[in-house]
Amino acid sequence: MSAPVLELHSVSRAFGGVRAVEDVSLTLNEGEIVGLIGPNGAGKTTLVNCLTGVFPPSSGHITYMGQDVTRQQPYQAARRGLCRTFQIVQPFPEMSVLENVAAGALFGGRLYSLAEAREAAREHLAFVGIEQFADTPASALALANRKRLELAKSLAMNPRVLMLDEVNAGLNSGEIDGALDLIRKISERGVTILIIEHLMKVIMSVSKRVLVLHHGVLIAEGNPNEVVNDPRVIEAYLGEKYAQRIREMGDA
Amino acid sequence: MMARARFVLFALWIVVLATTPLYAENYIVRTAIIISMFSTLAYSWNLIGGMAGYPSFATAAFFGIGGYVGAIAQRNGVPMVLAWALATVVVAAFAAALGAILLRFKGHYFAVGSIAIVEVCRLITSSWAEVTGGGNGLNVPLLRWSPDAVATLFLIVMLVLMIAAFVMNVAVGLHRLGFGLKCIRQNEDAANMAGVNTTLYKVVAFTMSALFCGTVGAVYASWVGYIDPTDSFQIVMTLKVPVMVLLGGAGTIFGPALGAAAFVILEEVVWVNFLSWNRAILGGVIVLLIFFLPGGLLKVPFRTLTRHLYGRQRADLSP
Repeated sequence: MSAPVLELHSVSRAFGGVRAVEDVSLTLNEGEIVGLIGPNGAGKTTLVNCLTGVFPPSSGHITYMGQDVTRQQPYQAARRGLCRTFQIVQPFPEMSVLENVAAGALFGGRLYSLAEAREAAREHLAFVGIEQFADTPASALALANRKRLELAKSLAMNPRVLMLDEVNAGLNSGEIDGALDLIRKISERGVTILIIEHLMKVIMSVSKRVLVLHHGVLIAEGNPNEVVNDPRVIEAYLGEKYAQRIREMGDA
Repeated sequence: MMARARFVLFALWIVVLATTPLYAENYIVRTAIIISMFSTLAYSWNLIGGMAGYPSFATAAFFGIGGYVGAIAQRNGVPMVLAWALATVVVAAFAAALGAILLRFKGHYFAVGSIAIVEVCRLITSSWAEVTGGGNGLNVPLLRWSPDAVATLFLIVMLVLMIAAFVMNVAVGLHRLGFGLKCIRQNEDAANMAGVNTTLYKVVAFTMSALFCGTVGAVYASWVGYIDPTDSFQIVMTLKVPVMVLLGGAGTIFGPALGAAAFVILEEVVWVNFLSWNRAILGGVIVLLIFFLPGGLLKVPFRTLTRHLYGRQRADLSP
């Protein structure tokens, strides 16, 4: 595809003796949607935290648009266009929905006037479909709308790379279809998307390429169909015994 | 409309305070000076404690350092106004350096750290006798004017500082700095992730919150003519100022002035009427306020309250 936007060169992150991410090297290319899957505790969120400056990697380095960003602070990542949503939504609870998004536009999107930021925020709210809640306090939103608020806030920061950390968790299937449409529309704008998800339906339908993380190690990479049939992936998800049984059934 | 009415009330309040020398006795003028002094301190605290949500207890440290810098400068022949300016600059620089270290703590840790600064400053000034006079304190050259003229001068100076601190609050509230501080107060990690340079914003807010405390300290030293370590670095002052802001309404534009005025008047009334019990009574008042008015006086739902009372009256009348 096109030029690489974000490159990881053997990135590791340890917490004391626990190696949450180990020797991960990968590349995200401009405009692609990449799925990142793995069992609970595989290090998916830690990887995103490394990419956005929350925890700097213990070793290895990260290049973004040809620039070394290994030691960046979270606010620098946001201003550079490396934006994310949180698995556990993080709104500013006492502010209105509009102000929440305006904060993203003002500080992350580098707009200079509050009025401009509000204007932009209104557009992003309309895009994700929650403009009717513009003046409600963020704490009063239902979960599905809070996830959309997170999305609108990160879009307001003008992302080049958007990392979606389980934006669909806890949503019903109708809401998921809506979210998938949004993700495709964002991708059409040329934004590179890294999507972390447990729901295989989501991963299979939007991503062209899937990465599998297990115990912090990248164990498989490829197109979605290859990856779900990869024995190492089945083993990671279903356990050794079950994988063995499937293999025997295949051989018989 | 509501906001405009409040601006008018604020302006009226300034006029009332400024005109006390024309019609009131010395005691009232002195109280007006104290009110404007504490209003300035309360407005300063509002930036870091109210807007950014960092409960700083370093007010008395800034006040005391301002007082000592001003006093030492004046004793060495620096003109009074220049000494005040010098105190402001020194305190701001001190706060910027201190903030870069202290603001790494959050919540209670930050509060305890900031209160320790007051104690450390008090101990240093007590021990460093060659410069600060130690426990003997320092005399500051007095103005050779009539007592009334001196009181009027210091009232006007304190009022100017109060207005300056108020304007600073309004300006910060309208600026992206105020918006960023509001984000930090509600969710600092999310603010950082949204592109707010949280460390810088916090240090700027902390420095601005110290600025006028330093000036007020120096002006106070010139006014009373004598300072010593226990009077300059009072733990009680460092506690009073946040209580005033909370009493009025933290993070609001008019809360600090309202809270400072209410508190000083309350304190004077209690002090005059219950000489030996005043601290206990004030403590009780503070506890009651925090229980029943957590949002401050500005958040009292006066309309619901009157409707409630009115409704009850009608209920009594009906058979």
